[in-house]
Amino acid sequence: MQQNPDQIRRSYRQMRLIREFEERLHIENPKGEIAGFTHLYSGQEAIAVGVCENLREHDYIISTHRGHGHCLARGCDPKGMMHEIYGRADGLCKGRGGSMHIADLTKGMLGANGIVGAGQPIAVGAAVACKARGDGSISVSFTGDGASNQGTVFEAMNMAVVLKLPKLFVLEDNGYSEHTGSSYGIGGDLKTRTEGFGIPVWEADGFDYFSVYEAAEKAVAHCRAGEGPSAVLATATRYFGHFEGDPQHYRHKDEVANFRETVDALKQVREKVTEAGILSSGELDEIDAEVLSLIDDCVESARTGPAPGADIMMSDVYIEY
Amino acid sequence: MGEMTMRDALNAALKEEMERDDSVIVMGEDVSGGAGGTSGKRDAAGGIFGVTKGLLPQFGEDRVIDTPISESAIVGLANGAALAGMRPVAELMFADFVGVSFDQIFNQMAKFRYMFGGKAKTPVVLRMAMGAGMNAAAQHSQTIYPILSSVPGLKVCVPSSPADAKGMLKQAIRDDDPVVFFEHKALYARKGPVPDGDIVVPFGEAALLREGRDVTVVAIARMVQFAAKAVDKLAEEGITCDLIDMRTTSPIDEETILESLSQTGRLVVVDESNPICSIASEIAGLAASEGYHDLMAPVQKVTAPHTPVPFARELERMYVPGPANIEAAIRSVLENE
Ligand SMILES: Cc1ncc(C[n+]2csc(CCOP(=O)(O)OP(=O)(O)O)c2C)c(N)n1
Ligand SMILES: [Mg+2]
Repeated sequence: MQQNPDQIRRSYRQMRLIREFEERLHIENPKGEIAGFTHLYSGQEAIAVGVCENLREHDYIISTHRGHGHCLARGCDPKGMMHEIYGRADGLCKGRGGSMHIADLTKGMLGANGIVGAGQPIAVGAAVACKARGDGSISVSFTGDGASNQGTVFEAMNMAVVLKLPKLFVLEDNGYSEHTGSSYGIGGDLKTRTEGFGIPVWEADGFDYFSVYEAAEKAVAHCRAGEGPSAVLATATRYFGHFEGDPQHYRHKDEVANFRETVDALKQVREKVTEAGILSSGELDEIDAEVLSLIDDCVESARTGPAPGADIMMSDVYIEY
Repeated sequence: MGEMTMRDALNAALKEEMERDDSVIVMGEDVSGGAGGTSGKRDAAGGIFGVTKGLLPQFGEDRVIDTPISESAIVGLANGAALAGMRPVAELMFADFVGVSFDQIFNQMAKFRYMFGGKAKTPVVLRMAMGAGMNAAAQHSQTIYPILSSVPGLKVCVPSSPADAKGMLKQAIRDDDPVVFFEHKALYARKGPVPDGDIVVPFGEAALLREGRDVTVVAIARMVQFAAKAVDKLAEEGITCDLIDMRTTSPIDEETILESLSQTGRLVVVDESNPICSIASEIAGLAASEGYHDLMAPVQKVTAPHTPVPFARELERMYVPGPANIEAAIRSVLENE
């Protein structure tokens, strides 16, 4: 387990930031000010943060339709993200993308993506660039259990092996692919499948930040050492529906409450670091309070942010010379 | 004759055709849903827009197939099943996901019959939800029927009413050619009268929804509803229009359009798609060639701009052509009167 209090403080804050960002969106969503589809990441915080805490400035990540957690873990500006989700002209993508398309290329964040399975080959391309630069940087794709059945993912894995690329595949099994349990759609199992391509897999408990961090540490080292692609397979759950408004008929009604009660990622970090005497609960409370007020701020400013106009709609279809 | 939503009309068409013909099978992601879930409930979704609800309980897992997220294999599977004698109705959820499965659509299903010397039948129906209106942004809002309509071998449906949706889906299932069936998301919950019994709408026959003297207005899917608003408003001023609902963009009912144009001499085409290589430009081209001598004013195309579909409410509203744009276009073709 990590011991450095500064590192743990930062990781805990990142996880808390994702949690509060998402829990707040869940509250704000039914009020009608947020348009479109919103897919929340609550429950899986340890995965995004456990992986991204192992990354460096010049690394790349690519996300999915459930992208807020990955964006925040990679350091995207929460206010810019919130403005984007509210469709504001000063959002991270000028209000043109929304929740499903948040990107920040200055952070090596190559975008959330509305097309399941589209990100993995793109991340392979970024890995080609990393290898060409030779600076030890790597490229990371996040892939859901459902997305893992997309042909593009198999192609990306094979290509990364054949080209011996610094490419990390993070497989997030959150139990569901929309309204279907992950076990139904996956032939064989994710670990064996991935190993079938010759990709080493480090498994992690997706509710346990330290477990993910340690698995990712090894997998990332493998990529950076020029040994070719690697994978982290982490299992967790999503606390909310597939999208905001999903009635979740497929799910036992107590399922989420049980997870929240027993294995919640934030609770686990809290317990572990206070028991080990690395941080006090007072210090963690301070982080919680700071994050909560930051989120208040983000929502307040996003609610009254500027609406985009016709100039924003018509620009950037092509580069203007 | 009862009132029902387009969603229920489509659902009824699927049920009736599955009852009528055992070779009709349905497949796609979450067409039933709930498999492997902890509640133990199947039919937990019935399609994410609810169109396939109730099919699994009635017809069972061999005929209502939940698939993994693998669009290329979903369409490929439908193609193979069709070649082997089934009548598959595959759901692609959002029309944008055609991107993932395009080879199976335009290199495979569309061409089997021609390439194989006329020996193959590929009675596949590919259902998909299209269109803006949900702020679902650039990858979940497109109206890509022009792209599909340009492929020889495919038939393309774009119903605008519950009755047509039902009659056209039945025709699509019975048709021995592959049919791409677009359902506009913003129309699923709209109600309309649907005749009782077995209704079938033949392809390539546009519907004349309003009759007038001054302008021919041709519209597609959701745009029909907006065009009707504009046309009805102008009728109060004494400007009357023929309003033509295309219903299929492949084949195109050229006769109905040209016949109307020969009476009015003025044409407005309303298409939610991007303007370049659109159905609007196709119909304008038809008017410029076959209808040239009837034209008394330049054809007006009312389309989305040449941009991806933007997310923000304000932007999407600007993007989608509305009744006001259509009204302005109708007035403009009358200007040189
Ligand atoms: C190509 C494509 N097919 C289907 C969808 C619809 N869709 C969006 S998310 C999703 C389920 C994804 O499941 P998973 O990969 O497990 O991610 P999770 O939602 O659990 O985070 C589906 C089917 C899509 N967006 N793109
Ligand atoms: Mg999942």
